Amino acid sequence: MKPPATSLMLIRRRLLQGTAALALSRALPSIAAPEPPDIPLLTQLLAGRSPRWERLRLELPALADNGLTVPMKLTMPGPFAPGPTVQAIHLFSEKNPVPDMAVFEFPVPVEKIEIDSRVRLAGSQKVVAVAVMSDAALYAAMAEVVVTIAACLDGS
Amino acid sequence: MSRWPIALAAAAALSSPSVPAQQRALPVDALRSGLEFAGSDVRGIQADDVANPGFLWVDRGEKSWRDAAGGKSCASCHGDAAASMRGVAAHYPALDPSAGQVIDLEARINACRVRHQGAKPLARESDELLALTAYVAYQSRGMPIAASIDGAARASFERGRVLYVTRHGQMNLSCAQCHEGSWGKRLYAETISQGHGNAFPAYRLEWQTLGSLQRRIRACLFGIRAEMPRPGAPELTDLELYLAWRAQGLPLEAPGVRR
Amino acid sequence: MADSRISVAPEARRGEPFEVRISIRHPMETGYRTNESGEHVPRNVIRRFSCRYNGTPVFAVRVTSGIAANPYFRFFVTARESGALDFEWVDDAGVRGEARAEVKVV
Repeated sequence: MKPPATSLMLIRRRLLQGTAALALSRALPSIAAPEPPDIPLLTQLLAGRSPRWERLRLELPALADNGLTVPMKLTMPGPFAPGPTVQAIHLFSEKNPVPDMAVFEFPVPVEKIEIDSRVRLAGSQKVVAVAVMSDAALYAAMAEVVVTIAACLDGS
Repeated sequence: MSRWPIALAAAAALSSPSVPAQQRALPVDALRSGLEFAGSDVRGIQADDVANPGFLWVDRGEKSWRDAAGGKSCASCHGDAAASMRGVAAHYPALDPSAGQVIDLEARINACRVRHQGAKPLARESDELLALTAYVAYQSRGMPIAASIDGAARASFERGRVLYVTRHGQMNLSCAQCHEGSWGKRLYAETISQGHGNAFPAYRLEWQTLGSLQRRIRACLFGIRAEMPRPGAPELTDLELYLAWRAQGLPLEAPGVRR
Repeated sequence: MADSRISVAPEARRGEPFEVRISIRHPMETGYRTNESGEHVPRNVIRRFSCRYNGTPVFAVRVTSGIAANPYFRFFVTARESGALDFEWVDDAGVRGEARAEVKVV
């Protein structure tokens, strides 16, 4: 028969695992949190807070076919309600002349956060997404895209 | 532009005896659509009928089909395009018997407007003409390219063939050198395709809009630093016919998406 | 070019998310281009896109030139009652666009 979950053995194992995990994250903080590029509007949004680099997923091709139209996908798994829900997801460009690319707003809570769109990238760069929750918590994700010039000039 | 007839005469004089039309540099069973050389972004966009921006023109073309242009709509003669236009685009460029010359689909639509609808021709690369062309092409979606080079079309085909194998521009390159001699090889970050026109009119990401095969040919010529013929120039139709023969059997991708 | 092309999941189950896709015709002129005559083409992009579901705003986008020409959005809405999805957008020149789609909830 399976021992009850509250047995001393299991509690001890869990405490040890927790401590080990704590030690691991303290010893190697830089691996958990990537360094986002310096984008003033991003800094402004963060307002000194550190976002959690997890849960929110930003997908962009590693090598874009053409910088003028680059498919982008944002996903964030739930569950959300009854807890904090996503209010908005901001998208920032590292190198574009206009660094704020879009803000996806959710006026009512929605259980499935999955957005597809297409962005313009003025050259190879990083793109940062920040999800703002209803309790003001922040989640962030980053992707890097290589954008090349066309093989042949097109003057048509 | 005035150099073209001279170039043609020179090329005809210097080129080898004209190759029988049956000889193909790319055998019919070795043909590969440009989609196979496109990146995953392009393929993904073309595969999705809502994400594919070409449909914005197809949908507009469907409306225009039913609009009375100067008195008569396309539908008043041709009825439901899905029936009457099925397979049509796959046979273009084609001989226009009354004009006695080969014309492309865009010119055919304009000929209809002028002769039968009492309307003015639409400008090449205008959204209106692109929309109608895309809508008609859509009715041949997936069908094999099957343009005829028989009879009176043979002269246009032969002119197109000569243009295709002649070096042009500052870079002194012929179409054949890249698209027959070097397809599959890398050029910067791109892979050279076999240069077929089976996906046009296409939404080219570089254009951020839909464009015709003539525009794509002009773009290639610009790329090798040659003079571009004006849109609608006869040599462009000659090349379109040659390209259609080269692409014989490839499915028409409509609306296409390319890089 | 039509104003837009829309796809909504054919049937939505009450309480569950359903997919919405929209493609909008707009050149999204960045303001950084010159035309063939060498003239500067002024900026004109869609600046706001919104979706209302039976009158309730459920999704919106603050859009900039960072979104590609002929914008495409795919997103999810939680199904409640059958009804209408109303889409609206406005660009820098103040030109508005709109579209509507039906959704059937079972």
